[in-house]
Amino acid sequence: MAIIINEETRVVVQGMTGNQGSFHTGQMVKYGTNVVAGTSPTKAGQDHEGIPVFASVREAVLERGANASIVFVPAAFAKDAAFEAIEAGCKVVVMIPEHIPVQDSILIVEYAHFHGAKVVGPNTYGLISPGKAKMGIMPNHIYAPGPVGLVARSGTLSYEIAAALTEAGLGQSTAIGMGGDPVVGQVFNDVLHQFEKDPETKACVLVGEIGGSAEEEAAEFIKTMTKPVVAYLAGRAAPPGKRMGHAGAIIERGRGTLESKRKALEAAGVTVVEMPWEVAPAVKKLLG
Amino acid sequence: MKLYEYLAKGRLKAHGIPVPPGTLCRTPDEVAKALEEICPAAVKAQVLVGGRGKAGGIKFAQNPEEGRKVASEILGMNLKGYTVEQVYVEGKIDVEREFYVSVTVDRNARKPLVMASAHGGVEIEDVEDKYIVRRHVDEAFGMQGYLARDIAAEMGLEGDIARQVAAILQRLYEVFRTEDAELVEINPLVVSGGQVIAADARLNIDDAALFRHKGLPDVEEGTELERRVKEIGLAFVQLDGDIAVMANGAGMAMATLDALQHFGGRPANFLDAGGGASVEPTAQAMGVLVSMKPKAIFVNIFGGITRCDDVANAIVQVKKTQGIPVPLVVRLVGTNEQQGVEILRQEGIEAFREMSEAAKKAVELAGEVR
Repeated sequence: MAIIINEETRVVVQGMTGNQGSFHTGQMVKYGTNVVAGTSPTKAGQDHEGIPVFASVREAVLERGANASIVFVPAAFAKDAAFEAIEAGCKVVVMIPEHIPVQDSILIVEYAHFHGAKVVGPNTYGLISPGKAKMGIMPNHIYAPGPVGLVARSGTLSYEIAAALTEAGLGQSTAIGMGGDPVVGQVFNDVLHQFEKDPETKACVLVGEIGGSAEEEAAEFIKTMTKPVVAYLAGRAAPPGKRMGHAGAIIERGRGTLESKRKALEAAGVTVVEMPWEVAPAVKKLLG
Repeated sequence: MKLYEYLAKGRLKAHGIPVPPGTLCRTPDEVAKALEEICPAAVKAQVLVGGRGKAGGIKFAQNPEEGRKVASEILGMNLKGYTVEQVYVEGKIDVEREFYVSVTVDRNARKPLVMASAHGGVEIEDVEDKYIVRRHVDEAFGMQGYLARDIAAEMGLEGDIARQVAAILQRLYEVFRTEDAELVEINPLVVSGGQVIAADARLNIDDAALFRHKGLPDVEEGTELERRVKEIGLAFVQLDGDIAVMANGAGMAMATLDALQHFGGRPANFLDAGGGASVEPTAQAMGVLVSMKPKAIFVNIFGGITRCDDVANAIVQVKKTQGIPVPLVVRLVGTNEQQGVEILRQEGIEAFREMSEAAKKAVELAGEVR
């Protein structure tokens, strides 16, 4: 098991022949991901590292049975790419690009909703079901298969925690990046619902940060969960009114503070740790 | 990006929302000339700080001579760190009633949110919840007429005023959509002589959408150092501590600040050197940290896409060119860790493996300098 993607997922890479797309296609293939096609506006008809390149996602779906897309096109073209993938029938669309206009993201998420597709991101590092498949830009070597479901807003911080879990002998069922933008397709709540249903997942780790109230909303659902949850929240040292790198990480008019998130999560029975290096020991303790 | 008041009002006007007559001026003479047409008028400093009025950035004039006088007081003044270079001369209006209307992004609902209240003129946070009307809009389909009428009715408005407010709400949503706004707000929206007018307006445009909105004047936001680093293309926020910080990735950078604070240190900045930055941008980032003259520098790298040898080479490059005259603590793990650690060792820098130990050390070293 695992959530959202596994060894059967058939991936099309939109923007496969660009710098980033090309490098990460290689990494995904190396990891064992079933990359069946790529798209490129100028290189259709060619092969790229043995993978056929098409002009459209529709062709990749019809000829290669692609059912999930990862998007590497520039932000200005990302909405078009996402709509194309969703319309062609992809049920998972992973949006890597940063700096996508927020109103484009709203439309992408609405369109995905109409078509029953899941959008991961934008501004995400993607997701990985260790030992099975990865759709994203995360380093391959820090993950291992296992019982922990990991969901984070941020990339490198998520790597830090995944590596510590793996070192502590705690592998992951799926690790997923929610994305650092204000509007994203899969929020903590959506992901935790799926972890709760996934038999392989025995415990969840939530890595949140200041801004918005996705953590508070997740707390409502966690109250009903049977699986234990450990949370680390970044940004206690952040001043209000300043964007801490992510467009979504900002305390505005007193909303999105770390304190409100911590309180909500603790009230839901979550073990909230103070520092990132305390996550793995806390999970170990809960799993016994 | 926040737009200056005169630009925000210009956008509202272009979409058919009534605004008071106004004109932008750069000199006292221009203000005096404007007063010949618009009189009496408010002379308003065009800076993006709150509480302009209280700080002396808004003054009233009854005639051109008075306009010249107050303009010479306001132009060139320092308003919370910003020099006033332009003023907006705007016709004074008699206010009978004040409303609040805005459209913003509700990130949890993932939809545009219209907020409206018949209790305007104050910060919306100060208005009791029961007096605020909140309605979502389906971005794909836009704001229908019934929704605007509903909102006006829920605000408790009737007759011609309700009709005018409903029309303004639909136009306000158009502004939100076509200008790629994160927030468009009219506060107060006033009734003056039976006409509903936008007396003050805020329009914040999504930075990520600026490629669709060319030709807007550059707005200076943030401190001088923040503006300089922004030009290099890095995410940077100045804080008030004395330990300069660099990390890769926004989440890691935040966690790094938290760790320093955890051990009793005070971070001087937030700096995300990027999830996969190479030697050159990393060296530029290091250079910025050195120029801040901190008590210590803490570099915290988890090499995923970022390569530890690149980071090490960047540090060495800065050490050899610019020099690093303060204690430096480097935590380096991940991709090409061995190479990175070796490069630093040859320069006499011992890298840490554990983030906790490194953060603690940085706080200690900064304390010794203090």
